[in-house]
Amino acid sequence: MTNPPVPDALDTYVLNMGPQHPSTHGVLRMKLTLRGEEIVAAEPVIGYSHRAHEKMAENRTYAQFLPNTSRQDYLSGIIYNFAWVEAVEKMAGIQVPERALVARVVLAELNRVASHLLWIGAFLLDLGAATPFLYAWDDREAILFLLESVTGSRLTYCTGRFGGLSRDLDADFPRRAREVIAKLRARWDEYEGLIEDNVIFVNRAKGVGVLSRDLCLSYGVTGPSLRGSGVAYDVRKAEPYGAYPRFAFDVPTRTEGDVFARYMVRVLEMRQSVRIIEQALDQLPAGPILNPDSIGVKKRLKLPAGTQYYAVESARGHYGILLVSEGGTEPYRAKFRTPSYPNLAVLADVMPGHMVADAVAVLGSVDLVMPEVDR
Amino acid sequence: MSALHGLLARLIGDFGATLLLGAGGILLYLTFNVLFLIWLERKVSAHAQRRLGPMEVGPHGALQTIADMLKLLSKQLVTPLATDRFTFLFAPILIFIPTICLASLVPLGGASAFAEMPNGLAVVVVLSGITVIAIFMAGWSSNNKYAVLGGMRSVAQVVAYEIPVLLSALAVVLIAQTLDLNEIVSGQHVPYALYEPVAALIFFIGITAETNRAPFDIPEAESELVGGFHTEYAGMRFALFFFAEYTNMLVLGCVGATLFLGGWKGPFADRWPFLGPVYLLLKGYVVVFLMMWARWTFPRLRFDQLMNFAWKLLIPVALVNLLVTAIVLQAVPLR
Repeated sequence: MTNPPVPDALDTYVLNMGPQHPSTHGVLRMKLTLRGEEIVAAEPVIGYSHRAHEKMAENRTYAQFLPNTSRQDYLSGIIYNFAWVEAVEKMAGIQVPERALVARVVLAELNRVASHLLWIGAFLLDLGAATPFLYAWDDREAILFLLESVTGSRLTYCTGRFGGLSRDLDADFPRRAREVIAKLRARWDEYEGLIEDNVIFVNRAKGVGVLSRDLCLSYGVTGPSLRGSGVAYDVRKAEPYGAYPRFAFDVPTRTEGDVFARYMVRVLEMRQSVRIIEQALDQLPAGPILNPDSIGVKKRLKLPAGTQYYAVESARGHYGILLVSEGGTEPYRAKFRTPSYPNLAVLADVMPGHMVADAVAVLGSVDLVMPEVDR
Repeated sequence: MSALHGLLARLIGDFGATLLLGAGGILLYLTFNVLFLIWLERKVSAHAQRRLGPMEVGPHGALQTIADMLKLLSKQLVTPLATDRFTFLFAPILIFIPTICLASLVPLGGASAFAEMPNGLAVVVVLSGITVIAIFMAGWSSNNKYAVLGGMRSVAQVVAYEIPVLLSALAVVLIAQTLDLNEIVSGQHVPYALYEPVAALIFFIGITAETNRAPFDIPEAESELVGGFHTEYAGMRFALFFFAEYTNMLVLGCVGATLFLGGWKGPFADRWPFLGPVYLLLKGYVVVFLMMWARWTFPRLRFDQLMNFAWKLLIPVALVNLLVTAIVLQAVPLR
C-alpha cells in the first residue's frame, strides 16, 4: 500500500480514528487527513491484532491448528474452520460422508446469516440507529443457539474433523432450524420497511462510498462488497466446493457500488442462504457423520508433499488457503488469503472527498473483521 | 405554599422569599426531573429494543439513576493537562444557567410564572440558543480534535435550527398578538397546534436539534466523534452535560407545550390551580417522550444533510407558513 499524498497546506490536520474508537470494529486505525470535516486523505494502519496465525500453522499438526481457524474471523468462524478441514481433506484424499457434506453447508450458511445479521446491526449503529442493533442480535442469538447445540460453542467453532464433523446434527435439528428460518423471514420483511424505506438511511447510504467495478477488481475486493459493484463473483458458484453444486441459489448483485448497494446485497444474500439451508435440510442424507476410516485428532496426519490452493466463500468474500506440504505432519507453509484485507485497502482510494460521518459509513459497509485482516 | 411564602417574607422580605421559593423549587424539581428522565430514557430505549432496561435497583429500576449518580460522584475528575483550564471547568456549570433561566419563564398555572416578562417569548428564544456557548467552550477547551469537531458542529447546528424555531414561534405570536407567555396561554382556547400544525412540527424538530437529540445528535455522534464535545470529561462533570441535556429537553418541551398545546390549561385547571403545573408537565413530558421515541427509531443525519434540511427545507417552509398565517389572519380575524 503506497502512502497517500499528504497535502502540505496549513488548512489540513490529521485525525487518528482508532485504534480505540467505537466505529472501527476492533483495532483498526484510520489516519485521516481532514480539511474541516472533509477527508483529504485516508490511510488505514493495521497490525494491532496480528497473532501470527500463518506462523503458528507451521508449528502445529494439521489437527492442532483447527482451533486457530475460526479465530481468524470470529463472526463466520465455522466457514473458516471447514475451509481448513476441506483443504486438508482434499490434499490428503480423505473421503467425506454425504451427511457431513450437507451438514457442513447447513452450518456454514447459518453462520453466514448470523454474520450478516451482526453486520446489519453494527452498520446501522455506525449510522446512529441504536435499535436495529438489538433486533439483529436477537435474531442472531437464535442462530447461535442452533449452532451451539451442534458444535458446543457460540463463536469460535471447532467442529470440523478431517473426514466429517465431530458431532452429528440431532434428530430435532431440522425442525428447530426451520422454526428459526420462519422467524427470520418474518423479521426481514419488517426490517425492509423500517430500514430500506427510511429517508435518513437512504440519504446516508445512497451514492456514498462508491466502489467502481474496476477499482474493486484491481484491489481484489471480493464478497458482498464486490457484488455490490456489479460483479457476480461468488466462490460457491465460480469454483463450487463441498455440496454447494446440489443446491439452487442466486448470487444477488447490484450495480451502484455504494454503501446502499452493499447493504442490499447482504440482505438479499441472507435470503439466498436461508434458501440453501432449506434445500439442504430437505435432502439431508442418513448415514455416518464422520468417515470411520479417518484418523482422530490425536493421531498425526501426514499430507503428501505438494502445494495446493483451496478457496471458499466466507461471509466477507473469497477466503483462500495455500497449503505447502513437504510430506510431514506439519505444513511447510500455510498462507491465508483473507477477504477483509483487500476490502480494507480499497478504502484509502474511496474515502477522500467524503465527510467524517461518511468515513464511518463506508468503513462499516465493507464489513471488516480486524483479526482477519491482521491474522 | 402561600403560608410558607408569608413566613419567609417576614424573615427575608417579599422579594427574597419569592426568589428562594421559586429558584429553590425549580432547581429541586429539575434535579428530580433529570433523575426521572434518565430512567425514562433507559426504559423507552429498552422497550423500543425488546429489553426490560434497569430492573434491579428499586421497583422497575426506579432508583438506578441515583445509583449511577453515586458512582459518577465517586469517580476521579480528570482534567487533561493541555486543556484551557478555566474554560474547561466552567463549561459544565455554564451549560445549566440558560436552561434554568428558561424554566423560570414558563407559566406554571393560573397564577403566573416565577419570572413574568412582557416579552417572555423573545427571552425564551434568546436563552434557548445560549446553551451552545457552553457546548462550544467545552469542545474548544478540551484541546481534542473530536471535541472541537463536536463543538463546531453544535454551533452550526444551533444557529441553523434557531431560525425555524423562531419563525414557528412567530406564527403563534401572530395569532396571539402578544409576546407574553402568560397571555399566549390564556388566549389559547383551542391548542394552537390545531391552527398551526406545520409550525408545531417545525418547532418540535427545531427543539430536538437544539437539544442535540438524535437524529440531530451530531455534536456528540458516538460512532463518529467518540463522545463529541464531552470526550475529555469524566465523572460528575460528564454527568453535568447529561443533566443539562435532560433539563433542556423538559424545559423546551414545556415551552413547546405552552406555545402549541395550551400550556397549563386543562379540565378544571381554572377551579383548582394546582392542576396547572400538572397539566403543563404532562404535556411537556409528552413532547419529551416523542423526542425519545424519535431517538431510538431513526439513524443519524450527516452534518451537511442536517444543514441542508434546516436551510433549504425547514426555513422556507416556516417562512411560507408565517406568510400564510399572516394572510389568513388578515382575511379572517380570530378576535
